[in-house]
Amino acid sequence: MGLLSKKDSKLILDPLADNNPITIQVLGICSALAITAQLKPSIVMAISVLFVMGVGNIVISLMRNIIPSKIRIIVQLVVVATLVIIVDQVLKAFAYELSKELSVFIGLIITNCIIMGRFEAFALGNGVWRSFLDGIGNAAGYGVILIIVGFFRELLGSGTLFGFKVLGDPVAKTGLYAIGYENNGFMVLPPMALIVVGIIIWVQRSKNKDLIEEN
Amino acid sequence: MAIDTDKNSYTIIFAVIMVVVVGSLLAGFASGLKPTIKENEQREKQQNILYAMGVNNNDPDDSSVAFIQEDVEATFKEYITKQLVIQDGEVTEDDQAYLIDIKKEETKAKDPEYKRRLPLMVGEKDGKEVYVMPVRGKGLWDAIWGFVAVDKSMTITGVYFDHKGETPGLGAEIKQRYFMDDFTGESFLNGGAFKGIDVAKGNNDPNNTDTSDNEVDALAGATITGDGVTAMLRKDIKMYVPYFQSLNQ
Repeated sequence: MGLLSKKDSKLILDPLADNNPITIQVLGICSALAITAQLKPSIVMAISVLFVMGVGNIVISLMRNIIPSKIRIIVQLVVVATLVIIVDQVLKAFAYELSKELSVFIGLIITNCIIMGRFEAFALGNGVWRSFLDGIGNAAGYGVILIIVGFFRELLGSGTLFGFKVLGDPVAKTGLYAIGYENNGFMVLPPMALIVVGIIIWVQRSKNKDLIEEN
Repeated sequence: MAIDTDKNSYTIIFAVIMVVVVGSLLAGFASGLKPTIKENEQREKQQNILYAMGVNNNDPDDSSVAFIQEDVEATFKEYITKQLVIQDGEVTEDDQAYLIDIKKEETKAKDPEYKRRLPLMVGEKDGKEVYVMPVRGKGLWDAIWGFVAVDKSMTITGVYFDHKGETPGLGAEIKQRYFMDDFTGESFLNGGAFKGIDVAKGNNDPNNTDTSDNEVDALAGATITGDGVTAMLRKDIKMYVPYFQSLNQ
């Protein structure tokens, strides 16, 4: 790769697959269950986390030599909280409906363990550019899973994507519904997100046997 | 220059500087975006009032309600013919009445000297006059609120409910259309006297065919939120009864 060295591109690509924060490290599950009933909030959440992680990792990395180690967790929390409040305010001003929909989950980004985990494990000990790549990579790995789950849950649960009726009209019985297809109402409930994540983990581990832990 | 980052004095100074920097940054953001956020909230209110009146372009198949329409301000002006403030029996017109914060009014009303201001939006839909009143109460976890549209005889033509933090799938269902639609046709009066409307379990009327029983079917698993809706409607709508009595004389 021309733009990124091999080591650097690994920082972005690893969390997308073999070291995915959700399917391998099983972090950030809470928000992955809560907001993925539809595709749109999943994407917004993914973008918000991408912003918070990217900028957060830069800030922490810049300050890594001056942060007093005694209060470093507090400093990390303050950085995340600040960024999250900024995201929340911007959404309230420019995407009001969406911010109502995501409401508490935006606040919950603060407690998303992926973010704190990357701050503590990576940004505190690495340079700015590498920290930024690491943040983007992990946020993207998180976002990809969110979007996959959101896609299936909205498609199978409501028969829509981004609110468009892609499978036909369930009331007027057009499209797939004309031949007796029914929406799976269970898909819109949180437990199905867990099952979808489980299926993704299963597929991923059966593709890549190295990921299977030995007992 | 090596700084000893483990020293207590350094830690304290660092913390102080951090708080000041973060504080001013957030304050700047908050005040910079405030006008836009406030405008959004006003538009949402207008949209909700219109929803209660039955003016909405919501998709009939969609269970969620009241997206903010682009032209909500114009529609609001078109349908709301006048806005009134009732204070101690006196009625005045005020075209900002819908913005009255009824939470603040409720707090102020604890002072027995204070005469509470009651906003009332009068609209016209399909040639009939509709009166929209805001309500506010407590759910299980946090505040619940809404708008109730009635006709002259205090029969509901539509409601809108919203909540801050009710349980998704249970109490949060109060803002679903299937629950809100049940209220339409119910009357707050019974035999001429104010009775309110009960969100009732076991009213043997799950399809809500009986609209004269002052009851709507409750949501399973949301007893406290349902009771909150009952209490909210009873408490807030009751204050408007004198106005409707004078209207019908």
